[in-house]
Amino acid sequence: MRHIISIGDFDREWIDSLLDHADRIDGKQYDSHTLEGKILAVLFFEPSTRTRLSFESAIARLGGTSLTVGSVEACSIAKGETLADTIRVVSGYADAIVIRHPKEGAARLAAEFSTVPVINAGDGAGQHPSQTLLDLYTIRQSMPIDGIDIALIGDLRYGRTAHSLASALSLYNARLHTLCPKGLELPETLSSRLAEQGMEIIGHEDIADVIPAVDVLYVTRVQRERFPDSASYFNVASSYRITPELLADAKKHLIVLHPLPRVDEIDPRVDEMPHAKYFEQSRNGVPVRMAMLMQVMQ
Amino acid sequence: MKNSESVENEGLLVRRIKNGTVIDHISPGEALNVVKILGITGTTQEALSIATNVPSRNMGKKDIVKLNNRELSKEEVNRIALISPKATINIIRNFKVFEKKGVETPTLIEGVVRCPNPGCISNTHEPIRSRFSVKGNGLHCIYCDWVITGDLPSHII
Repeated sequence: MRHIISIGDFDREWIDSLLDHADRIDGKQYDSHTLEGKILAVLFFEPSTRTRLSFESAIARLGGTSLTVGSVEACSIAKGETLADTIRVVSGYADAIVIRHPKEGAARLAAEFSTVPVINAGDGAGQHPSQTLLDLYTIRQSMPIDGIDIALIGDLRYGRTAHSLASALSLYNARLHTLCPKGLELPETLSSRLAEQGMEIIGHEDIADVIPAVDVLYVTRVQRERFPDSASYFNVASSYRITPELLADAKKHLIVLHPLPRVDEIDPRVDEMPHAKYFEQSRNGVPVRMAMLMQVMQ
Repeated sequence: MKNSESVENEGLLVRRIKNGTVIDHISPGEALNVVKILGITGTTQEALSIATNVPSRNMGKKDIVKLNNRELSKEEVNRIALISPKATINIIRNFKVFEKKGVETPTLIEGVVRCPNPGCISNTHEPIRSRFSVKGNGLHCIYCDWVITGDLPSHII
């Protein structure tokens, strides 16, 4: 039984093979009855739109069905049940479980108690492997991943998508450029592990210096609640805002990615520029998650 | 036992034990942490002797812990390696050294150390024990991947 908990559990060969599979699915080379009769339990203990809908879309396109709980308030966790018990019960109702949970390591715990495969759809500030796979897939549509210069911008401390992606990119000899508000840097344990793996990490303070240097801009949302007041939030948020004027200095092939939802990080005028790939990135969630479901449920 | 015996022969500290375990060559000052990592608390019913900063020919100074009527398991012995990798273990039966062994750094420790990450699932009421894999640069939480690099004793449960 195979679980997908952390991108760090997989090697490059596995990742490349899954992305190749997603590519074939994207080209309609799949049987829409592949997972007929199979049931996916979608257990989300935190809000989500894209991840949840794209997993539900993925299982539906493969002929399976999904079970969901409406909200945390409506489920047994609200009555004090442990996650371990919830997982034991739900694994009797479904053929696989997709879980999002506010606590780091929750998906790892779920895998210990589940009798069916578990896919991590985000655990606190920890891992989000399905997002990472679709991020890599989107980069690969524009350029080979090997040796790219990529900038991670925004909340790098609590942003799990940035953590997962940085870990995966260490397998591709990428060079990491970081730009973030003070106090929201990559966790020390992660940056030292990446450095040990030979990844070069370059810290920046000015977005104008970053843009000409990179092939990919990976922008994440800086959450308002991380700041003491609205004024300091707006001050920081505006200093990282990606605008058409800033992109005038970009390499021609530069792509802008964002796990979405965005708030103020990217000027809507960027949407019309060829650099903007964030909506394609979001759409790519479906073929990549189809490939993941086939990997664990077949 | 030679070193600790010689120390005793010089008129020091603690008597020989009939049955139990002598943990010798503990890094100086770490004896209390060794006791802590073994989960021995003030409620223990058996005699427990602790000697710290005892002169040692090889180490300059060392700590010694003697546990009456308790033979440590391999898993317990190896926990000590996290604090004092040069410690030696003497299992005593009827005043004689029945077995003498060193400690080996374990690859996994369970239920010994608490994860410092307040957001980690292992710090909730879930029915799990904390688990850390032991790697060159520290202890890695199996659940959240947090790394403990120093001051291990302050994280002991």
